[in-house]
Amino acid sequence: MRLKSLAATGILTLLPFSNAFADEAVLNAGDTAWIIVATALVMMMTPAGLALFYGGMSRYKNLLNTFAMTFMAYCLVSVVWVVWGYSLSFGTDVSGIIGNFDKLFLSGIDINSLHGTIPEFVFVMFQMTFACITVALVLGAVVDRMKFSSWIVFSVLWVTFIYVPICHWVWGGGWMQTLGALDFAGGNVVHINAGIAGLVLCLVLGKRHGFGKEAMFPSSVTLTALGAALLWFGWFGFNAGSQLAADGVAASAFMVTNSSAAMAAIAWMVVEWLYSGKPTVLGIASGAVAGLVSITPAAGFVTLPASLIIGLGAGVIGFFSVAVLKHKIGYDDSLDAFGVHGICGIWGAMATGLFACPTITAGATGLFYGNPKQVWIQFVSIVATALYSAIGTLIVILVTKAITGGIRVEKEAEVMGLDNAIHGERAFEID
Amino acid sequence: MKKIEAIIKPFKLDEVKEALNAKGIQGMTISEVKGFGRQKGHKEIYRGAEYVVDFIPKVRIDIVVDDSLVDSIIQTIVESAATGNIGDGKIFVLPVEEAVRIRTGERGKDAV
Repeated sequence: MRLKSLAATGILTLLPFSNAFADEAVLNAGDTAWIIVATALVMMMTPAGLALFYGGMSRYKNLLNTFAMTFMAYCLVSVVWVVWGYSLSFGTDVSGIIGNFDKLFLSGIDINSLHGTIPEFVFVMFQMTFACITVALVLGAVVDRMKFSSWIVFSVLWVTFIYVPICHWVWGGGWMQTLGALDFAGGNVVHINAGIAGLVLCLVLGKRHGFGKEAMFPSSVTLTALGAALLWFGWFGFNAGSQLAADGVAASAFMVTNSSAAMAAIAWMVVEWLYSGKPTVLGIASGAVAGLVSITPAAGFVTLPASLIIGLGAGVIGFFSVAVLKHKIGYDDSLDAFGVHGICGIWGAMATGLFACPTITAGATGLFYGNPKQVWIQFVSIVATALYSAIGTLIVILVTKAITGGIRVEKEAEVMGLDNAIHGERAFEID
Repeated sequence: MKKIEAIIKPFKLDEVKEALNAKGIQGMTISEVKGFGRQKGHKEIYRGAEYVVDFIPKVRIDIVVDDSLVDSIIQTIVESAATGNIGDGKIFVLPVEEAVRIRTGERGKDAV
């Protein structure tokens, strides 16, 4: 998120009505209108885009369960965010680690409160949609076999103890921001974080019954492709909205987001065509998402040519991580939350350290523009995010396990399918 | 009477049906079936995970005819269903004990 807005936020929070800061504290109608729209776009990414993307890849008997987990993640995090999540993320900083409880239930924020040039309520909502999708992204690693009650408890605990601190570190005035880590729209906070958490959760849960032995067909690659397209559409709000203004940087972020996604879809398709013989639709859709993930941390910092290279890298790295690496190592990351979001998120965060161009956002300078130190800072921020996410997620899983009496469904339910076993419904009636 | 069961490639159904009509065959029953022979199944790959689909869709045609027609029908099916590629299918001929036309109660040769 925009660096310059932070100083203003601290002051505005304390003195929301002060005329002394009238120059800083002016609401901009254009910015506000754009961020409201961007927020709505990002909202759509979770219960529509991601639900379709993941649902289409899960087996036909677990399609509704995948939708239910995605939908619930959105609802649960929506409530957690406005009650305590926002305060702990964006409340007054406590030693660089976490926000305080000043804004519990959004107290102290009213219709006149501003964050930069937009109402703070809009900022709250915009940030909320990020928290929601991050939690929902995790479930890609574990569909087909997790207890629904455990997912609910996990979502609440995970957003509170894992997402919120990392969000504060990177965007809320915490230590990574102080260090100068560049993460425009959530490479660390959203993608690396969710990817690592997904990996840990799928390792604890274990492989699906029959994994590697029986065929596990996606219920509908059509739904997945449609989901990827909706994610892409929503991602314009995600990345161009993260500028928190309707300005030239937002326009640049908008453009490079699209270029990276398109390039990655092409790259994934070509590599898959050469490597496995067919240009699959699932591969093309996955490539687009990989490109969107990778450009996320870089969107407001890099030029058009850099975005093409980032997209190219994302397509190639993404393909090999899910089609080769995963099968070699043998973990069952069902829908590749780690392979696509974790690995491509890391690529994007490193690429930001290479390609950040100071003529786009002043002060954000990467290796190729004479600031080798940025690569090290990016590396530290990635390692710290990954370590905190891995260890923290493990603890959250153990607590969830204790609360819900195990986190995995019975074998019978798993074989029958979770749509029927848990929800008592079926996704399709096909004759 | 004999029953001829022909398992053919689905896209060949129309050609086979027309060829049989031209030979004066008045009725047939078809079913969509799945199976494999020497053609085996085919592979599908999803993000690098290879799944072999063992059973391939085919169409089965059942025709019951008088013994004297069997050879010419087999020849007609072979000519119209063949592509020359593996997976063209098979024809089985079985004896039929009785046939009844439900509307009239006719039996045997008159019923088919």
